[in-house]
Amino acid sequence: MKYTLFLYNDEAQMASAPAAALQQVKAAFEAYTQSLKAAGVFVTTDWLRPSGTATMLNVRDGARHIQDGPYAASKEQLGGFYVIDVANLDEALRWAERCPSASRGLIEVRPSAMG
Amino acid sequence: MAAPGSADAAARAAQAARTSYGRLLAMLASRSGDLAGAEDALADAFAAALTLWPVRGVPDNPQAWLLTVARNRQLDVLRSAATRTSVALDEQAIEGMFLTNPDHDDIPDQRLKLLFVCAHPAIAPAIRAPLMMQTVLGLEAQVIARAFLVPVATMAQRLVRAKRKIKDAGIPFALPGRSDMPERLDAVLEAIFGAYAVGWDLAGEATDTHPGGADENLAHQNLADDNPADEDLADEARYLADLLVQLLPDNPEVLGLAASLALSAARRLARIGPDGRYVALDAQDTTRWDQRLIDWGERLLHRAHAQQAMGRFQLEAAIQSVHIARGQTGHTDWAALALLYEGLVRLAPGTGALVARAIALGHAQGPAQGLSALDQIAPDVRAGFQPAWAARAHLLALAGRRDDALQALDRAMALTTGPRVRAALALRRQDLLSPAVD
Repeated sequence: MKYTLFLYNDEAQMASAPAAALQQVKAAFEAYTQSLKAAGVFVTTDWLRPSGTATMLNVRDGARHIQDGPYAASKEQLGGFYVIDVANLDEALRWAERCPSASRGLIEVRPSAMG
Repeated sequence: MAAPGSADAAARAAQAARTSYGRLLAMLASRSGDLAGAEDALADAFAAALTLWPVRGVPDNPQAWLLTVARNRQLDVLRSAATRTSVALDEQAIEGMFLTNPDHDDIPDQRLKLLFVCAHPAIAPAIRAPLMMQTVLGLEAQVIARAFLVPVATMAQRLVRAKRKIKDAGIPFALPGRSDMPERLDAVLEAIFGAYAVGWDLAGEATDTHPGGADENLAHQNLADDNPADEDLADEARYLADLLVQLLPDNPEVLGLAASLALSAARRLARIGPDGRYVALDAQDTTRWDQRLIDWGERLLHRAHAQQAMGRFQLEAAIQSVHIARGQTGHTDWAALALLYEGLVRLAPGTGALVARAIALGHAQGPAQGLSALDQIAPDVRAGFQPAWAARAHLLALAGRRDDALQALDRAMALTTGPRVRAALALRRQDLLSPAVD
């Protein structure tokens, strides 16, 4: 069963972090990705640029509307995601717990509707 | 087979439903992970039993019969879903769901797994106990809704949503690992304890959080009086606690919870006097306490203590036990209660426990100590908490500060919704205004 881990974090905190700290965070994520792969549960991942780079679009009555993002203006913003393939929610939660985002931000775990 | 056409076939089916519903449902759902689907399949099996048993006779093993019919029903549903969606049927996965031979006499008891599923941290706390009552005890949503004072449609919708989440989010029917066990078990115990407290509160006595707290005569925030469903809810909660004792007989906190509920329930009859009035715990006629429940509760508490691992629910039970001891000794050991509440607020800090601790301290060490303990509760929390005002009134009266006590009592009455409790408080007010001649 596939689960997506949506990683939310405090962007202001990230922006003000020194370069060395950012390097550390990056290394932690790389190690985490490696452990997912080693366990055979990794599907895909992405790390997103800050929400200030987001652009929103919708189409109503054939007209395209584009505006500056992000969708929700909150302190915690979506910063990336992992898709993993595990047996059940408890396993997904165990992996989420080990993700570096768990201790600095918040993770939303959602099951795939496609199995 | 029992004789075909026997008149009691319907009764036998009804009995099988009561005694084995949760067991069968747990078995069916633990294989498929789909509680709602398992409920439907089991309902079909019971319907088939009601039709067939009176004609063909009651099978030798009614549970195995019901399980087989229900499983076939689950299979039918899976097969037709596969046809409908043209998704290839995973025969191997389906076989996995039906590995054990349902004709076997002893059906493995999966109810513990079911309880853990119902109290999974991914399930909203407020729906955990209702979910247990529907799935483990087989209660109708209508009965559960009435007990929790929630409209039937609302409760039914919440139950459906929770079951859908269990299936769609992939909450596993499994026992928690060793490291997760204490936290997960605590959620199960908390749900049962909470349901009992709701039933007890509604039936007209206790504080918000403490059935049998030290201050039952004063501090109660009951929502309604005389609702027969309330006592049912307390009974069902106690049934769940006793079931948990069967499933985890050596866990001290499980034993503590069941002991606490038994000792509290033992006093149920005595809290309403012959005149229909509410009777304070320290004024209750102890001969009206249920000795059978007291013996059961004390035995459970003894077994719990033998494990030598103190915990929150054992403290709750020990507090109940101190109150019950008045039946033997003729007085309440307030010093012991103060000590037990001290432990309780450290393990499970809650406003109700803090208020109860203040009252125990007030009796054990003097009203000034009790009042200062009350003042330690955050002002914004205690301002709207009825039991805190009732306790303050009681302690101020003990200290001889009549006017201050009356003011606190007025605040308590303004926050009281239940008529029986309001009447009890009004009586106290009268006593304060015209003190009995010593």
